[in-house]
Amino acid sequence: MGKLGSIVEKVRSKNAGPFWLTVDIFCGNPDSYRRVVSGLKTTDVAKLADTPTQHVKRFDIPDLNVVKFSFPRPQVQGTPQDRDMHGAAFASLLAEFELPEAV
Amino acid sequence: MTRVLVPSGALGLNCDIVALERGLAEKPDIIAIDGGSTDSGPAYLGRGMSKYARASTKIEWKGLMEARAKAGVPLVIGTAGTCGTDQTVDWLLSITKEIAEETGAKLKVATLRCSQDPERLVEALDQGRIRPLDPAPEISPDILRDCTNIVALAGAEQIQAALDTGADVVIAGRTTDTAIIAALPLRNGANSGAAWHGAKIGECGALCATNPQSGVLMVEFDESGFTVVPMAESSRSTPHTVSAHMLYENSNPFILFEPGGHLDVTEAKYQAKDDRSVRVTGSKWVPSDTYTVKLEGARQAGYQYVIPTLIRDARYVENISTWCDDITTRCREKVMQRLNLAAEDFSIELRVIGRDATLGALENRAETAAEVGVMGIVTAQSDELASEITKTLNPYLLHHPLTQEEEQPTFAFPFSPAELRRGECHEFCLNHVLVLDYPMEAFRLEVVEVGHG
Repeated sequence: MGKLGSIVEKVRSKNAGPFWLTVDIFCGNPDSYRRVVSGLKTTDVAKLADTPTQHVKRFDIPDLNVVKFSFPRPQVQGTPQDRDMHGAAFASLLAEFELPEAV
Repeated sequence: MTRVLVPSGALGLNCDIVALERGLAEKPDIIAIDGGSTDSGPAYLGRGMSKYARASTKIEWKGLMEARAKAGVPLVIGTAGTCGTDQTVDWLLSITKEIAEETGAKLKVATLRCSQDPERLVEALDQGRIRPLDPAPEISPDILRDCTNIVALAGAEQIQAALDTGADVVIAGRTTDTAIIAALPLRNGANSGAAWHGAKIGECGALCATNPQSGVLMVEFDESGFTVVPMAESSRSTPHTVSAHMLYENSNPFILFEPGGHLDVTEAKYQAKDDRSVRVTGSKWVPSDTYTVKLEGARQAGYQYVIPTLIRDARYVENISTWCDDITTRCREKVMQRLNLAAEDFSIELRVIGRDATLGALENRAETAAEVGVMGIVTAQSDELASEITKTLNPYLLHHPLTQEEEQPTFAFPFSPAELRRGECHEFCLNHVLVLDYPMEAFRLEVVEVGHG
């Protein structure tokens, strides 16, 4: 076990316009990239975001050692229900995600 | 070759003056800077105002106007005044006039206005010319009419029209982030995939390089590709920093939709040209059959007051959820009785800072700290009602006991008066595109002479 944030360089989440949130996991090297690709499932991200898995777009980008997820914002940016105007805090949930042991 | 000098990611973020000078020495063909985005939330569009101080904006804009005069090339800003409404175009125009008067400059200024008349959009909706993007909120003629501001995002064609007037300065309302950078290279015959791709890479200035705070970036466009060159001595771009910028605030890192088509960078090749600049080729532009522009709209979403209190008593911190739920229930009832309101007329939310104020229901760590903050948020249909409800909430947040048996507690109010007026609130209510017959159909171009040299 290990927290995702402890094996990657950086996890960043941001708005992609008022209706989408996008999360970039910069793994830093091919080993960490492989661990994230195999250990973090799209369903895990959907569960953290409390959104249906089919709404989560996933991009595995080996050239950059980056795994990226985009999904509709849980609350549209700036509505009375929204708590995080720039969508930056979601990254912490992913950084704290416990990756399964490397096989 | 067309050289576009980007001083920083946005007017208001400052730029490195030495790097800007170096950029000017490289003989740019245009200076292009972004003035805003939706990222700061719906209030700026809803109210038609800038998020940056007028004094700061004036100092930075004056610096760019002087740079423009030195280089003898056009200066263009997109999304003027954070939201790019007609009001904020006028705001920046008035600043421009002041600067011209004060410095004795004589300038030709083109303004591109992007605000939309709701009645024309109601017609367009009726004709099926407004199409939803994903996810799109429900819209209706009433919702369009309810918007305090609606803007359409101009693309390269509208910026080209503004440049074609021979203006020294172009003040554009809402544009796509990329349009102000892509416009001139496209006009000069650069590769269209490269023009849009280089514009996306350059839209945040040196954010696509190391030492992103330095701001200043040159993007050189030609018939086969583009080259990115950061202007600060301390800043380098690498194939990694450049290609990684496609991830930034972009839901799909390979495809970018723009008026008139989309950019596809799936096949793009990023190569280090030397130890600080990067050459990119292989980007593709795919034109669309219809010309569409994205719409952004904000409407009023009630009036709000915020009332914070701080809880340091360990037993209350431990039972904070019970305490908040109890207050919310009791206060709601009292408000309905005393102000004669229905349940749906108002909302009272107690957001617990130190528990889950940031992530709400998504929070998965349960521990609390030695203290918590409770932020009471009251929303109602008028400022007066929101104020009355907040004042009804006040004594609960100061004195409400966990049980009836105990002595009346008192909590820490940081302020007097205890409540903070947020005033009129707004929400985004459009994620749609508008179909146009020709690019200028939804935009207005005007040329004015300012200053008197």
